[in-house]
Order: sequence, then structure tokens, then C-alpha cells
Amino acid sequence: MFKKIFLYSLITNFFFTKKIFAAESGGMPQLDPEFWISQIFWLVLTFGVLYIVLSKLILPKISTNLELRKSQIQENIEAAEKQRESSEAKLKEFDGIILKSKIEAKNIFKDAREKVIKNINSKKEILDKQIDDEIKKAEMEIDTLRQSAPEKINKIAVVTSTEILKKLIGAEVNNSSISAIVDDLVKKNGDKYYGH
Amino acid sequence: MAANPMTQFEVYRIGPEIKVGAFDISFTNASLFMVISSLAILIVFNLGSKKNSILPNKIQLLAELSYSFVSKMISDTAGSKAKPYFSFIFSLFMFVLFCNMFGMIPYTFTVTSHIIVTFILAAFIFIGVTVIGFIKHGFGYLKLFVPSGVPIVLLPLIVVIEIISYLSRPISLSVRLFANMMAGHTMMKVFGGFVVSLGIVGGWLPLSFSVALTGLEILVAFLQAYVFAILTCIYLNDALNLHH
Repeated sequence: MFKKIFLYSLITNFFFTKKIFAAESGGMPQLDPEFWISQIFWLVLTFGVLYIVLSKLILPKISTNLELRKSQIQENIEAAEKQRESSEAKLKEFDGIILKSKIEAKNIFKDAREKVIKNINSKKEILDKQIDDEIKKAEMEIDTLRQSAPEKINKIAVVTSTEILKKLIGAEVNNSSISAIVDDLVKKNGDKYYGH
Repeated sequence: MAANPMTQFEVYRIGPEIKVGAFDISFTNASLFMVISSLAILIVFNLGSKKNSILPNKIQLLAELSYSFVSKMISDTAGSKAKPYFSFIFSLFMFVLFCNMFGMIPYTFTVTSHIIVTFILAAFIFIGVTVIGFIKHGFGYLKLFVPSGVPIVLLPLIVVIEIISYLSRPISLSVRLFANMMAGHTMMKVFGGFVVSLGIVGGWLPLSFSVALTGLEILVAFLQAYVFAILTCIYLNDALNLHH
């Protein structure tokens, strides 16, 4: 059924097409000279106006626009390049400054350390000296004390012995005899008493 | 009526008949589309050159790209000496391109599908190039017909061939554009007619063909404008830099 309709329509269509094309009149309108002069006139007019306006007004403007843009972009690129260079130089300068200050800081540190060490050393020496002096003084004092100690002890011994004897006996005893005894005792047992 | 593929090329009067002497210069549909094309070019490029921003907007970009495209085309084919003729070639290229492209819109008229229009353009180019050649090189321009390095025996033949090829330049230039435009539009009309006559059942094939042809024709419209302009550049190159 569908096939039949399809074929039928196809045939009728071709029939119509044939009929339509048969009706056409041959020849190209382009070769009809009726409007040639008009076409030439209007072509010259429109193209002439187009050419004059484009060449005098519009194209120079586009050209300057392009040129301006080009130069502006070039300028911008140059400026950017300059800035980059200057920033690089500044960076270098900055690095230099940092390096310098680092060295300076190190030097300062070193100096300070040396000074401190020197200071400490000198103070230590002074202190050592003072300590030595004190020790010596003390030793000397001790020595003098030690040397004078037996005599004093002897005297004390003599005095106390006389006093004791006086109380015990109630009589005066000759000092010289007591001191002779003490001297004798010291000579005998002095080592035991004073550690000599 | 609609199926006749040649009716689209018919020229008819719009408005009253204007006569200057014996010449009929009435405003026709062809004139209308010449005016439309020129106006469109002027509007587009005027808008594209109005203000100069570092980042161009779309229409400015279009104008500037066209400018550099044509400028590059000229400097590539005709060298730096062709700079004074830039405006002319630019106008020519844009005029032909816009006429071709406006012809692609349904129910419009294709100005460049008329041999008289393309022939006048080509003849003007031919005469202009020849005049430039004689001004630049004097009678030395005739050396163009005598290629170097050709055996003496062949020289008369070669010279005749060169002269014929030179003289046929306007014809080949004009017929190429006219025939391309006419053939393309005729073919599209024929296939369009088939779509109607084959109806809903068989019309799909010519319809799809028509769609494909439209794309092809837009390509041809651009290509023929480009060819027209670049051949002009080549002829100009012959006249400016005579080295044969």
C-alpha cells in the first residue's frame, strides 16, 4: 500500500517537474543589454563612493589605530622590560645588602665574643691575683699566729698554773720556777701539743 | 515560474525610469544591492574604526583583521611597491565579497552574477594595470611579453601567446567570477525546485543537497572574492616589478 503511494507520487512529481521545466524560457538575463548602462552607472557610482570614503576616511583611521596599538604595546613591553631589569638590579642590591649585613653581624659577634673573653680573662686574672694575695695574707697570718701561739700558751700556762697553785696552796709561788717547769714540759712534749 | 533557475538573475526597475540622454540609468534591483553592499561595508568599517581601544571589540577586530588580511595579501604578492594601491584593492575585495555574500541570502540579488558588472571591474583593473606598467617602465613594459631564457626559434610563438594571455586577462578575470556565482546560484535554485516538485516523499534528498550546497556556495563566495583580489595583485605585481 505504502509502496504504491510512494511510486505514484514519484511518477506524478516527475511529471510535474517536466511540465514546469518545459515552461521556462531559455536565455540568460545577464546577456540582455537593456540594463547594462544602468548597471555600469550604478557600479561606478557605488564603487567610486565606496573607494573614496574607504581610502580617505576609514582606512587611514584603521591604519593609525593599528599603528598606535602596535607602538603602545611595544612601549608597554619596553616599560615592563625596564621594570624587570630595575627590579632585578634591586634584588641584587638587596642580596648584597643582606650578605654585607650578615658579614657585619658575624664580625660584630666575633668582636663582642673576643672582648668578652678578654674581659673575662683579665677579670679572672685580677681575681686570681686577689685570691692569691688573700691566701698569702691568710697564710702569713696563720704562720705568725702559729709562731706566736706556743709563747702565749706558755704564758697562759704559767699564769694559770700560778693561779691554781695559789688557790690550792694559798702561797705565792715563784713565777720563774713555774715558767722553767713549763719550758721544760714544752721541750719534752711540745710536739704532742702543737703538732710540730 | 519559481522553478526557472534563471529568473533570479533578472534585473528590473525600481522606481521611475531615469534617462540621461539616450542612456537608461534607472535604479534597479542590481543598483539596490550595490548600494546595500557599499553601505554595509562603510557601516561595518566605520564602526570598526571609530574608537581605538587596546583590546578591540568584535567589530573593531573584524575591521582590523580584514585590514591586515588584505594588507598581507598585497605585500605577499605584489611587494611593498603596491602600497599606494592598497585602498583600491581593499575596496575591490570588500565590494566583491559583500556582493557575493548578500547574494547568498534568499530572495536577494547577486550583483556579481552579472557579466557586465564583473567585466567593468576587470576592464578597469586591466586598463589601470597597463597604464601603471607603461608609466613605471615606459616602453620597457613590453618586455613583459618577451620572457628571458627562451630559444630564439620559439620566441615569436611565445610572444604571441604572451600577448594573447595578457589581453585575455580581463575576460578570464570577469568570466571566472560571473560564471562561478551564476553556476552556484543556478544549481541551488534547481535543487530547490526539486525539493518542491518531489514533495514530502522524495524532497529530502535534494533538500539535504541544497543545505550542503549553501555551505559550498558561501565558501565559493569568499574564495572568488579572494581570487579576484589576488589576481589583481598579481597583475599589479607584473606592472610594478617587471622581471620576467
